[in-house]
Amino acid sequence: MSPRVRALAGFGITAVLLFAVAPLLLGDFRLGLLAKYLCFAIVAVGIGLAWGRGGMLALGQGVFFGLGGYAMAMHLKLADAGPGNLPDFMTLYGQLDALPWWWVPFQNPIFALLATVLLPMTVALLLGLLIFRRRVRGAYFAILSQALAAAFAILLIGQQGTTGGTNGLTDIRGFFGYDLNDPVNRRMIYFIVAVALLAMLGITWQLMRSRYGELLVAVRDGEERVRFLGYDPANVKLVAYVVAAGMAGLAGALFVPAVGIISPALIGVVPSIEFVIGVAVGGRASLAGPALGAIAVAWAKTALSERVPSAWTYFEGLLFVLPIVFLPGGIASLVSLVRRRRAAAPPPAVDQRPPLVREGAA
Amino acid sequence: MTGLSVRDLRVVFDGFVAVGGVDLEVPEGDVRFVIGPNGAGKTTLVDAITGLVRATGHVAFDGQDLLGRKVHRIARLGIGRTFQTAAVFEELTVLQNLDIAAGWSRKPWSLLRTRRSIPAEVEKAMETVRLSAVRDQLAGTLAHGQKQWLEIGMLLVQDARLLLLDEPVAGMSQSERDATGDLLGELSRDRTVLVIEHDMDFLRRYARTVTVMHAGKVLSEGSVTEVQADPRVQEVYLGRGAS
Repeated sequence: MSPRVRALAGFGITAVLLFAVAPLLLGDFRLGLLAKYLCFAIVAVGIGLAWGRGGMLALGQGVFFGLGGYAMAMHLKLADAGPGNLPDFMTLYGQLDALPWWWVPFQNPIFALLATVLLPMTVALLLGLLIFRRRVRGAYFAILSQALAAAFAILLIGQQGTTGGTNGLTDIRGFFGYDLNDPVNRRMIYFIVAVALLAMLGITWQLMRSRYGELLVAVRDGEERVRFLGYDPANVKLVAYVVAAGMAGLAGALFVPAVGIISPALIGVVPSIEFVIGVAVGGRASLAGPALGAIAVAWAKTALSERVPSAWTYFEGLLFVLPIVFLPGGIASLVSLVRRRRAAAPPPAVDQRPPLVREGAA
Repeated sequence: MTGLSVRDLRVVFDGFVAVGGVDLEVPEGDVRFVIGPNGAGKTTLVDAITGLVRATGHVAFDGQDLLGRKVHRIARLGIGRTFQTAAVFEELTVLQNLDIAAGWSRKPWSLLRTRRSIPAEVEKAMETVRLSAVRDQLAGTLAHGQKQWLEIGMLLVQDARLLLLDEPVAGMSQSERDATGDLLGELSRDRTVLVIEHDMDFLRRYARTVTVMHAGKVLSEGSVTEVQADPRVQEVYLGRGAS
C-alpha cells in the first residue's frame, strides 16, 4: 500500500468509528464524554505538529485553548442573557451597569466564531516572533510556555467581575439558538467536534507530508544547519506554533458547548501538561498517535478517577515519564516496529563506489 | 573584485583572540587550503565568514559585504559550508536532504504542497555524489563517507559559489579521498573553494594555493612548494631548530 492509500484508509476507518460505531454503541452520557475527549484530541494533533515534528515542547497550550474557549463562552453567555442584558455573573459579582468594552464585539456571532481561532493564532504569532527570533528553545521554551499558562489563569481569576474568576463562565444553556439540554442537540455537538477533529487531522497530514513538513523536521534536528542553507528557522517554527495554537483555540471553542463550562482550572498549568501527556503516550511525531493518546489518557483519567480519585495524579506522572524515557516514539512507534518486522526484506543494494566525477559535472 | 576578500579580520572570545587580524584573498576558481596547528583559528575564520561568530574587520564575496549579516542572509549570497562532523538531517532521506538544500528561494505557499517530481538540480547532484541508489534511505543510515558527499551534494544544489569545507576527507578511505579531491577540482571550475585540512598528503595533491595559519594569524601563503620551503612554516610544524 502506498502511504497515500494507507492514509486515506485510515481516515475512512476513523470516520466510520466516529460517525457510525461510537454513536450506535455509546449512550448519551458516554457520547458526551467522548466529545470532550475529542476536543483534547484536537489540541493534541496541534501539539504533535509543534512538538513531534517541530521540537517545540508546547507546555502552555492551555492559553490558546482558553482563548478559544472564553471567546466562544462569552458569546454564548451574551446570547443566553438576551439583548441588552448582562450575563448573570456580572450582576452577581461585578455590580456592573454596562457591558465591559472588550465584551461588546462578542455579541456578534461571526466575530466570536472567528475570534475563537484567530485570536489564539494572533497571540501565538506575536509570542512566537519574540520567542523564536531570540532563539529561545528547548527547556527554556517549555518553561516559558508553562509560565504563560500560569499567568493567564491567574489573570482570569483576578478579574472576577468581568471573567467569572475561579468559577469561569458556567451554565451555558444555548448554542446559536439550539438548547444544549436537548440530547439531540448534544449529539449534534458531538458530530461537529468529530468533523473538526477529522479536518484538523487532514490539515496536519498535508502539512507533515509537504515540503514544509520536511523542512520542519530538518529545523527540529538541525536548526543551525538549516540557517546555513538560507532559511530562517524562526519562521519555519512560527508556522507550526501558530497552527497548533489555532487548533487549541478551536478545541477550546468546541469544548464549551460540549461540556457547558470554561474556567481557569481547565486551562492552567495542570491541563496544559495533561494535553502533552496524551501526545507523549500516543507518539508525538506521528499523525494519529497524539489524538489516540489524548483520547486514551482522558478516558483513563475518567475511569480511574471514578474508582480511586487520588491515584490518578501519580499515574499521570508515570504516564509522562515512562514513554519519554523508554518509548520516545510512543504507542505509534510500536505499530511501525511491527510493520517493519513484517516487511523485513533484504536492504536495497548500496552504491559503494566513490562519487562520480564527470566532465562538466556540477 | 570577484572571489573572497578578507581584511584585518578579528574574532575575540572573552578576551581570547581566536583570530587576530587575518588578511586573505581567494580569487574566483581557486582551491585554497587553509592549514595550521590545532587552535590556529581556521574553523573560527570560517565561522566568522559565515556569520556564526561576531567579528570585526572586512569580509566581502563578489563585492558583497558579509560581516554583520545574519547567517541565513549570508547563505543566500551563495556561501555554503560543511562541518567537521557531517551535519545532515538524519531523520530525512537523501532526497529530502537535497531537496531542502535546493529550496530557500521557493515561495512560502509552494512549500505547503508535496514534492511531485525530483528537481533537475537535485537529480544531477545525486548523480555527481553517487547517492542516486540510496535516495530514499534515511541520511542517518549512510556510511560516514556518504554523509560527507551528501553534504557536498547539498552545497551543489544550494548553488553555493563559495564553498567552505571543514575537513571534508576526515575519516575517509584512500579511494574516497581521491574521488573527493577530483570532485573539488571539478567544482572549482565555476566556484571558489576553501578547504580546512590536516591531511598533508591530500593537500599536496589537490591544493592550488595554501594559507598557513598560526595563533590566529596568517603565517605564510603561496603554492604548496613555496609554503613547504618557508622556514617559518617548518618551525611551527616541526619545532625550533629543525631544518
